[in-house]
Amino acid sequence: MTAKLSSTPVGSAAAQPKPGPDPKRPGEAVFRGLATGAGILILVILALVASFLLIQGGPALFADPAKLATQGYGEFVSWVLPFAFGTVWAALLALLIAVPVAIGIALFISHYAPRKLAQPLGYLIDLLAAVPSVVFGLWGSVVLAPAMLPLFTTLNSSLGFIPLFAGQVSGTGRTILTVAVVLATMILPIITSLCREVFLQAPRLHEEAALALGATRWEMIKMAVLPFARPGMIAAVMLGLGRALGETMAVTMVLSGSRNITLELLTSQNPNTIAATIAQNFAEAFGLKTSQLIAAGLVLFLITLAVNSIARWIVARRAQYSGAN
Amino acid sequence: MTALSHAITQGSLTSGRLPKFATPVAAVAGAILGFALAVIFGGGNLGLAVLLAYLIFLVAMEIAARVIEGPRQAADRRARHLIVGAFLLALLPLASVIFEVLSKGMARFDIGFFTQSMRNVVGKGGGAVHAIYGTLYVTGMATLISVPIGLLTAIYLAEYGIRNRLSKAITFFVDVMTGVPSIVAGLFAYALMGLLVGPGTRSGFSGSIALSVLMIPVVVRSSEELLRLVPNELREAAYALGVPKWLTIVKVVLPTAISGLVSGVILAIARVIGETAPLLIAAGFTASLNNNLFANPMMTLPVFVFDSYAHPGTDVQAYWDRAWAGALTLILIVMLLNLIGRLIARRFAPKTR
Repeated sequence: MTAKLSSTPVGSAAAQPKPGPDPKRPGEAVFRGLATGAGILILVILALVASFLLIQGGPALFADPAKLATQGYGEFVSWVLPFAFGTVWAALLALLIAVPVAIGIALFISHYAPRKLAQPLGYLIDLLAAVPSVVFGLWGSVVLAPAMLPLFTTLNSSLGFIPLFAGQVSGTGRTILTVAVVLATMILPIITSLCREVFLQAPRLHEEAALALGATRWEMIKMAVLPFARPGMIAAVMLGLGRALGETMAVTMVLSGSRNITLELLTSQNPNTIAATIAQNFAEAFGLKTSQLIAAGLVLFLITLAVNSIARWIVARRAQYSGAN
Repeated sequence: MTALSHAITQGSLTSGRLPKFATPVAAVAGAILGFALAVIFGGGNLGLAVLLAYLIFLVAMEIAARVIEGPRQAADRRARHLIVGAFLLALLPLASVIFEVLSKGMARFDIGFFTQSMRNVVGKGGGAVHAIYGTLYVTGMATLISVPIGLLTAIYLAEYGIRNRLSKAITFFVDVMTGVPSIVAGLFAYALMGLLVGPGTRSGFSGSIALSVLMIPVVVRSSEELLRLVPNELREAAYALGVPKWLTIVKVVLPTAISGLVSGVILAIARVIGETAPLLIAAGFTASLNNNLFANPMMTLPVFVFDSYAHPGTDVQAYWDRAWAGALTLILIVMLLNLIGRLIARRFAPKTR
């Protein structure tokens, strides 16, 4: 009896588990496994996205150009290049319009608007992000395109000597410049909200020091806020670029696109984008044509992947070296 | 500095400054001049008038400020006016979109629109009930797929794999996934179903997979952020009572963050419910109500809007009216979801302190 009594604590001490999962309580192991598995599943999904696009698009990538010419849309690289150009061109134009406006709005909300109004005004801009892309497409083609026409004719007649504005003005207004305006509207809330965040993180003491030295508000922003926020702003712009590159519906519905490389903004001969080309042709495509469209999707995926990775890298580098944390 | 010395010689703190009423006066004068010029030279174009008014205002203020206040103050004023102008400019498309969708969408925003499908409808009449059902099915299924995966991943990132290599990789690739173009997600779902079921398969479930690819990263990001907001004291208290880690997460951490998690999921739904391109590819078109998620194409509301606009029949106006009504419905759904999400987040925010 005594031996038994004394052996119990000894035995339980021996059975005292090392820190780690208890074999009698499988819940921990199961739950941990589930959580880890979900995380790994995400990596798998992303790998699958790339590999399925490769598998299904592969036939077009590696097909004989002659076969592609008869059963597909023609030799792959020369076919996809104008669309890739259109994708990048439209996105860059959109950035050109959106970035100054977005930075202005972000500064307005973070440093100019009355404190009480800042939050509601931010929501107002976020409302733009809540409008689905198909609605922007509808609005862009029905409302915006005709409204842009007078501007286009004026630009063409007064600044037509600049190659950008040269050529025969489109009669519908559905040009790449209209698309760029729609895209700019769509990426505006993304860039704005990210910029707003970094502007608000600017060190308070630097701002107050600048003001105390007699700087005007704009000088304070130039000296204390913008240098601090520059990496964040670059990242925001890159993320906006990534969104603009991948945007489909607005371009599909607004642009009367074709397959050519041109810098003219106002004509009816506009370079189409990859995403819009896929959306417009996918329903009727079959066999090699489907493959070719999927391969084009792969190209788009790689372009956006590169842009986004650069953006994330900039953000990560900033997080490591900035004095904010 | 000239302004300063000027002020000192004048012996007054207010000299060398533009009077307070200068800005509104310049704005009104600019507006009147701008509109007058637009009527005389531009045929009364409203856009031109506003643009001219703004430019006149900018130039007038610049000159006045430069002469009276000096270049530094002038630059400050210029920046302020440009920044306010940028903000007002951004409100323009927002107001225009909302106005147009409301005014054009009301024409067919009636009972028929919500009770009839497009089956055997040519021209007037018909509705979007098949598309609304489809959107609910497809988005619901996407939510069912994304929420467990997204939430568990967030739990892994916030609770288990803190700063290890796998969690860093996951964080990076979740960010990458956020940037996957929506049409690529559609192509992925199409390719996946093509291999699993057979080439050319289009179904509601395929659309759900495409939406999940877009939705998972959003859920992960928002959930992870919220789980990190849960104070560590709560976890430590549970551990001190001998509660295993997984029960701590399920019974303590998740309930604390639940409102934020729910609102994050709702916002994620709002983000994907308006997606068109992936559903165009993966779920396809149909004019009839399809209640089977796993077979045959399924119409969804965004695709309905696109289809009605892009492929109108002979009676174009009837199709376009339906497109605008669909757009109105879609915007209302998205804004409602956003509102609910934000309200939940604000009302039941986790008490971190």
